[in-house]
Amino acid sequence: MQVASIHFKERAHEKLNDAQLQKNLVKFKGKFVEARRRALTELDDADATRDYARDLRQRGLDALDVWLEMFERNATARGATVLWAETPADINRLVLEIASRHGAHKVIKSKSMVSEESALDHALEGAGHTVVETDLGEYILQINDYEPPSHIIGPALHKSKEEVSELFARKHGTPRKDDIEALCLEARHVLREHYLTADIGISGGNFFVAETGSVVLVTNEGNATLATTLPKVHIAISGIEKVVPTLEDIATLMRLLPRSATGQSISNYVDVLTGVKGDGEFHGAEHMYFIVVDSGRTSVLASDVKEALRCIRCGACMNHCPVYQNVGGHSYGWVYPGPIGSILTPMYVGLENAPDLPQASTLCNQCGIVCPVRIPLPDLQRKLREKEFEGGMRPWHERAGLKLWSWFAQRPALYGWASRIGVRHLHRLGGARGMIRKLPLGFGAGWTDERDMPAPAGRTFRELYKEAAARNGALR
Amino acid sequence: MRVGLLVTCLVDLMRPRVGFAALELLERAGATVVVPPAQTCCGQPAYNSGDRADAASLARKLVDEFDDCDYVVAPSGSCSGMLRTHYADVLRDDPAYAERAKALAARTYELTQFLVDVLKMRADAVPGTFAGTIAYHDCCAGLREMGVKAQPRALLAGVDGLAVKEMAEPETCCGFGGTFSIKFGEISSRLADNKCQHIVTAGVDAVVMGDVGCMLNVEGRLRRRGDTVRVLHVAEVLAGDGKAR
Repeated sequence: MQVASIHFKERAHEKLNDAQLQKNLVKFKGKFVEARRRALTELDDADATRDYARDLRQRGLDALDVWLEMFERNATARGATVLWAETPADINRLVLEIASRHGAHKVIKSKSMVSEESALDHALEGAGHTVVETDLGEYILQINDYEPPSHIIGPALHKSKEEVSELFARKHGTPRKDDIEALCLEARHVLREHYLTADIGISGGNFFVAETGSVVLVTNEGNATLATTLPKVHIAISGIEKVVPTLEDIATLMRLLPRSATGQSISNYVDVLTGVKGDGEFHGAEHMYFIVVDSGRTSVLASDVKEALRCIRCGACMNHCPVYQNVGGHSYGWVYPGPIGSILTPMYVGLENAPDLPQASTLCNQCGIVCPVRIPLPDLQRKLREKEFEGGMRPWHERAGLKLWSWFAQRPALYGWASRIGVRHLHRLGGARGMIRKLPLGFGAGWTDERDMPAPAGRTFRELYKEAAARNGALR
Repeated sequence: MRVGLLVTCLVDLMRPRVGFAALELLERAGATVVVPPAQTCCGQPAYNSGDRADAASLARKLVDEFDDCDYVVAPSGSCSGMLRTHYADVLRDDPAYAERAKALAARTYELTQFLVDVLKMRADAVPGTFAGTIAYHDCCAGLREMGVKAQPRALLAGVDGLAVKEMAEPETCCGFGGTFSIKFGEISSRLADNKCQHIVTAGVDAVVMGDVGCMLNVEGRLRRRGDTVRVLHVAEVLAGDGKAR
């Protein structure tokens, strides 16, 4: 997927002024937050479960090479082929090689965010294959000229029912339907045909299991089950960080993943796919490939934001983020939006290509509080800010303003003198209302475009306290 | 008991009366309060902007200034949160200060938290009076770094004439975020506007909170919208000068 994160501010501006999107976002906002809150109360001890999940994910990452090799061994022993993709281009190359080996024409996909990283659909189409996305959200985006996803678990969450009705009527040439069930049935009708005629099914992978060599798929629509078992060839694509040691670990993570994501106790479908279809077995692909993707992950593992790799892609951080809730996922300009995206995007595509993302957070820590594996997201955002500061990547006026403030703050006498003058000046600017309507350029002009700046009281605490203390003779 | 009042730069520059209100409440609750005279800024703007060196310089200065205090108390969840949850990290590489920073963090409190949890101030000992209804906004750092939630409400219940009404989403960020409010003015203003909408819908006379930064953000947006709901610091309401405009 093309990286547009450099334009975060402009995109956010556009989205803040998109009335339809704003309406859709308001609808989305309340839903997941309340559903998650309620779902977590079902657990006897949600906090202890989260501690345990954090530790098991971290243990997995601390010995990642061991688990990956075990996964490869066990998957291979069950007839699957494990392939390693170092770059996004490698993902596409490997998939195209598999497709040509099996003489495949039609490829169906269930949702895979990792394949969005490499724009796999375009690569497949470019090589003459037919690609059909079968996740309802991804399908909607695909037929809307490959609109990018705006959320990691609900790629088309930014769209209203009405927008989808209009799109279906236009693209399918059918009468407009206003009922959600009717729209789903229409998509199902279109997609059924493709399941039966596809040569390859591609899925993502919520987890790889080292001890069994399995891939785990967590879905609600049943499309992943069909897409991975009906075609003769199944390719599962996911990141190296998604490997967990045991099936027992999956049980723990599954207590948290659906609850944190959609507020469900369990998703409608959980597929644990292990090995190729054996003799006398009814289900399964005859050929099974795992594409295990690095694409920047090892460099995260070696960095001081490595905790971000614990992510199990529930989306709770973005669902709860006040910035995401208002600017929507497209503003972030790449595959992963919201708080987790503000770490992963700069790490995967380069901080210089996404310099605003770690900054575009109030550090309110709502994301850190809800993360099921306790990724300290604001701390990680701050660490990336440190890299930007050290690398001189912030605008000069920002750095200069900050330096000036710190310089004065380290010189109390000078600070006292300058602040006395400053607050008097600003107090006068506030006039009778005590509100400054326009701050001078370079001195926080961004504040007063849509807000007043309440003026200072006119005298500092330090001078007033000194006076009062002198009056009382109590200055220490 | 020697309590060092961390005035905070925003109180010093913008709302000195909040500092005096805090002072009065602490003394009323039995503390001996000292105000280190050379204090300026805790270093949070530098730290959150990635400037570790300046953050560390300011943190060292503050650790020195409050070294002889049994407690450090600030009328701010944000600044007390900076000390409590981040100073150990800021000074982690400074052998002369790392341990002292941790010790300071452990004895740092937000004002209402200190009054209730340490000084055991009871609601009926709160001196303030206020004629009207207020909504309390939970500022992020106070809530999520310091655990301030029940304390201000417990004390506000003791203010004569005051009724507390909960607004929608009291825990959602107002969009201030320090330098975020300037770097991303448009997004920040939108978040502030959402907050203002909840305040206005609640139909209260005043919105009360524990951080001057958030107050400036919310008040600035309210006034631009043309709303007249008052914006007050919890200290000034509790101390009783909440009536003064």
